[in-house]
Amino acid sequence: MICHEVQELIHGYADGELDLVRNLEMERHFRDCASCSGAYERLQGIRSAIATGAPYYTAPSGLGQRLRSRLRQAAEPDAVRSRTPLRWQWIGIAAAVLIAVLMVTTLIHRPEPTQLLAQDVVASHVRSLMATHLTDVPSTDQHTVKPWFNGKLDFSPTVGNFAEQGFPLVGGRLDYLDNHPVAALVYRRHQHIINLLVWPSSRQSDSAVGQTELQGYHLLHWTKAGMTYWAVSDLNISELRQLVDLVRTL
Amino acid sequence: MQKTELTRFEETVLPHLDAAYNLARWLTGNEHDAEDVVQESYLRAVKFFSGFHGENARPWLLAIVRNTCYTWLRRNRMEEPATELDEGTQLIDQSSPNPESLLLAAARTELLRRALETLAPGFREIVILRDIEGMSYKDIAEIASIPVGTVMSRLARARARLQKLLSEPDLMEARA
Repeated sequence: MICHEVQELIHGYADGELDLVRNLEMERHFRDCASCSGAYERLQGIRSAIATGAPYYTAPSGLGQRLRSRLRQAAEPDAVRSRTPLRWQWIGIAAAVLIAVLMVTTLIHRPEPTQLLAQDVVASHVRSLMATHLTDVPSTDQHTVKPWFNGKLDFSPTVGNFAEQGFPLVGGRLDYLDNHPVAALVYRRHQHIINLLVWPSSRQSDSAVGQTELQGYHLLHWTKAGMTYWAVSDLNISELRQLVDLVRTL
Repeated sequence: MQKTELTRFEETVLPHLDAAYNLARWLTGNEHDAEDVVQESYLRAVKFFSGFHGENARPWLLAIVRNTCYTWLRRNRMEEPATELDEGTQLIDQSSPNPESLLLAAARTELLRRALETLAPGFREIVILRDIEGMSYKDIAEIASIPVGTVMSRLARARARLQKLLSEPDLMEARA
């Protein structure tokens, strides 16, 4: 591939929209061409600036309710109100994009242990976004999710539901990470999924919250009461911290 | 409309309310009009719903929201004071600063919001759908009724322009 072709496709590459063959060709070119790989870095800068900095305007509270009544007026007056389902539909799209993004990211530098673990955490997160893998026990009730782990793990994770604070529990899942089976608790914030991975720590002392960013995901990790926690999401860092603060008060 | 059909509509289309509102808010530029546009869009959507058999209602709904927005823009504004992007804009501005300083600048949400608002709606909507809503090129192409290749080229020009505006915010002042 020559520079001109790379420049043509660079946005599709950054957005995970290219096929595997072209992806590999792009990667090979970036390895050899400082000018194009610099352009790619700048592109990632602007993409992440928009994704994390630009406001997402959520619908005002009450609009959904007003819409329901207008729709009912327009249809028939005595219809029964239905339950609002979870928004699973978008997960398929997100998964496709995220898998591609993961595929794209070949790390050239030699990673450190925490960095390796962070990669595993991100991989677990991305795997979970495939529609059928997000939860093994889909439930918004912590009293359903917590007992579900009994007998599947040799530890019992603390499960909280923070729906009132805007982080509803979506469910739980078993995963395997850092040579341990781990508990994955899944939370949602607007259209973002957050995975909270929990497993027994090899060290006893508590640690402060560490922060990493990898492949556009934010990761926060800490040790508390003999357990290691990793939270991962594409959610912006300040909202992810809100959830982490809630989890740490449990 | 049958009661069950309305229930099905509420279950498949209402969950995309935030996405609908976000797009309308970015295209109309204010809360009040965004809410009107969203209400009108949903009332239109429910009329067309019997013709929808796809798996994902989000692009389908957003296409209706987008059309309603443009009808609204035409009715309410004689002229959209936005930047037309010339074909010659470089895909990636070679003279831009490094990503770190760009991120620092962009951390100022206000700056980013203003920069996005100076883009013509046809470019702004692509950035909103891709970088804020996280949709695939294919879905965006469906929403905007343009080919996938055009999605990519508009995205390229819009991002290059945003990069320039963020590194030189004075360009926005000059326009105001």
